[in-house]
Amino acid sequence: MAQVTLRKVVKKYDEVMAVRGVDLDIADKEFIVLVGPSGCGKSTTLRMIAGLEEISGGDIAIGGDVVNDVPPKDRDIAMVFQNYALYPHMNVYENMSFGLKLKRTPRNEIEQRVKQAAQILDITELLDRKPKQLSGGQRQRVAMGRAIVRDPKVFLFDEPLSNLDAKLRVQMRTEIKKVHQKVRTTTVYVTHDQVEAMTLADRVVVMNAGLIEQVGSPNDLYHLPATKFVAGFIGSPAMNFIPCQLEQAAGALRIRLNDKLSMPVPASRTKRYASFAGKPDLVLGLRPEHISETRPHAEPDQHDFDMPIEVVEPMGMETLVYFTVNNTEICGRVNPDAGSAAGQAMKLRADLSKMHLIDNSTGKVL
Amino acid sequence: MANAAIATGAPSRPVKYRSMSHNRRWAMRWSYFFLILFVVFFLTPPLYMLITSLKSSSEISAATNPWWVYKPTLSNYEELLGQNQYLIFFRNSALVSVCVVIITMVISVTAAFALARMKFWGSATLATGVFLTYLVPDTLLFIPLFKMFAFVRDTTGIELMNHWWTLIIIYPTLTVPFCTWIMIGYFASIPKELDEAALIDGASWMQTLTKIFIPVAIPGIIAATIFAFTVSWAQFLYPLAFTTSTDQLVLPVGIVTTLIKGDVFNWGQIMTGALLGAAPPLIIYAFLMDYYIAGLTAGATKG
Repeated sequence: MAQVTLRKVVKKYDEVMAVRGVDLDIADKEFIVLVGPSGCGKSTTLRMIAGLEEISGGDIAIGGDVVNDVPPKDRDIAMVFQNYALYPHMNVYENMSFGLKLKRTPRNEIEQRVKQAAQILDITELLDRKPKQLSGGQRQRVAMGRAIVRDPKVFLFDEPLSNLDAKLRVQMRTEIKKVHQKVRTTTVYVTHDQVEAMTLADRVVVMNAGLIEQVGSPNDLYHLPATKFVAGFIGSPAMNFIPCQLEQAAGALRIRLNDKLSMPVPASRTKRYASFAGKPDLVLGLRPEHISETRPHAEPDQHDFDMPIEVVEPMGMETLVYFTVNNTEICGRVNPDAGSAAGQAMKLRADLSKMHLIDNSTGKVL
Repeated sequence: MANAAIATGAPSRPVKYRSMSHNRRWAMRWSYFFLILFVVFFLTPPLYMLITSLKSSSEISAATNPWWVYKPTLSNYEELLGQNQYLIFFRNSALVSVCVVIITMVISVTAAFALARMKFWGSATLATGVFLTYLVPDTLLFIPLFKMFAFVRDTTGIELMNHWWTLIIIYPTLTVPFCTWIMIGYFASIPKELDEAALIDGASWMQTLTKIFIPVAIPGIIAATIFAFTVSWAQFLYPLAFTTSTDQLVLPVGIVTTLIKGDVFNWGQIMTGALLGAAPPLIIYAFLMDYYIAGLTAGATKG
């Protein structure tokens, strides 16, 4: 059993609070991804779990034992670094067996474990090579191999794919997922790439400014973000945020974007939003895929409007169109055959059944 | 931009540039010019030493072309190597240098590792302090050292003056600060993740040093070794001040004090002795250069 528990974990560097009280429970065999922008404290949190950074406050427990003062080597963890951190003077076999040798593991067991890990990662033919003779992807595999052979309680990954090119990154992402499915070790993975987070994680932890914004499954975070930050961070292109007003008129709630454009709030949401009518500083959150070209049949909460298109970005399977409402640039995803062209008006459709209403003053999704 | 026009015809060349190979050719010419100048300037004295060492005393003092040997002779070599004295100087020098190199490297590598990697209170100040001690001129240290030796003699009865092994205690004061400084720089260039990986793999600080840092920093260690060896092999002032008996002298001082008698300079043997004395550092350079493989850290991290 290798649960990882963080209780009110704080990290302070002189006057700077890098991590400001993080509470997190990671289940045994779970794949958790910490994601967030640079400086949000995700790497620091990971390094505190590893024991590479001292904890300024709170408790970290691995497998039920508090490890605050336990040195890294006694925490039974393995870490994969962004820049691989392979020992340059050792070949792949020596790199992978180094930790086991220090533990005085019998030689035949070392050999068996290294070969097994090499097989999982498909690097058996590289065992005699030095790191400098390997490509970036191969080095990253070896770094993972070094972690796997030790059969630790917890795997820690610190942005392991950031140094690889785009194609290799996608390939290695799948590889990491496969490895986790094979070895089923509790994994904490840090990245700033939300696509990586969504594709790999059982649960994603979104961090911002040293705090956890939201923890949830990738789908939950995408469809039910708790804050404006999460709503904007998860998803690419990012969610549109349009300043709006909530009007109560003749018993119906309407979202007003400007003098000309207003749309009724879906019936399923009226009860939830009713108390916020007339509240200042509201923002409508709508993902680009919920703004599309008009189609013959409209569902109940879909509303059509005309907009002059400013920029068109063809992506192949879809086309992104940009237009401005309330001085805010808005992105929509339309069919490539919908005939969008820059400078021309286009009939678009907003699907308000997928809308989010955000209180801009608190940043909370209402 | 479906209707954007594409100009046809040859692209024009508004500015004329010289070819890149032309630039490179001139850069190479200048490089060769200065390199040859450098070689001539630095290799002339050893060449003169070699020529003179092959001459008899009478030919040296004769008014002939000094750059040519008319009657080559090995008599200087035979006489010098036949003397027990010269071999003692040589042995003293070798023992002192080897011991100093070992002591220096043990102290400076461990000190540099601590200063570069183990963050502790005052480590940055200490690192600067180490370098500052190197800036103190050697000659200023004679009197304090004399005083210290006198103190040791008075309190313990151990006489440190006029012993070749005393130099093994003195030279590290010159070599350790600089070698530590070189090694701090070298260790600092090793990615932090490498020791973190070792730490997680279960290595102690000492194991991290011996199994990771020293093998990775071999080029730096060789550079520091060469420095320490050269300083102790060529040191003249300290042995001149601290040793006097003929059997305690090291090579540079031995040659000067025994081959210059009054105002009589035995030039042939002086040149021979100096030339033979220059051989060990040369051999060590040649040997270590083979191992001096730059870029040993390549492949450790993303290049």
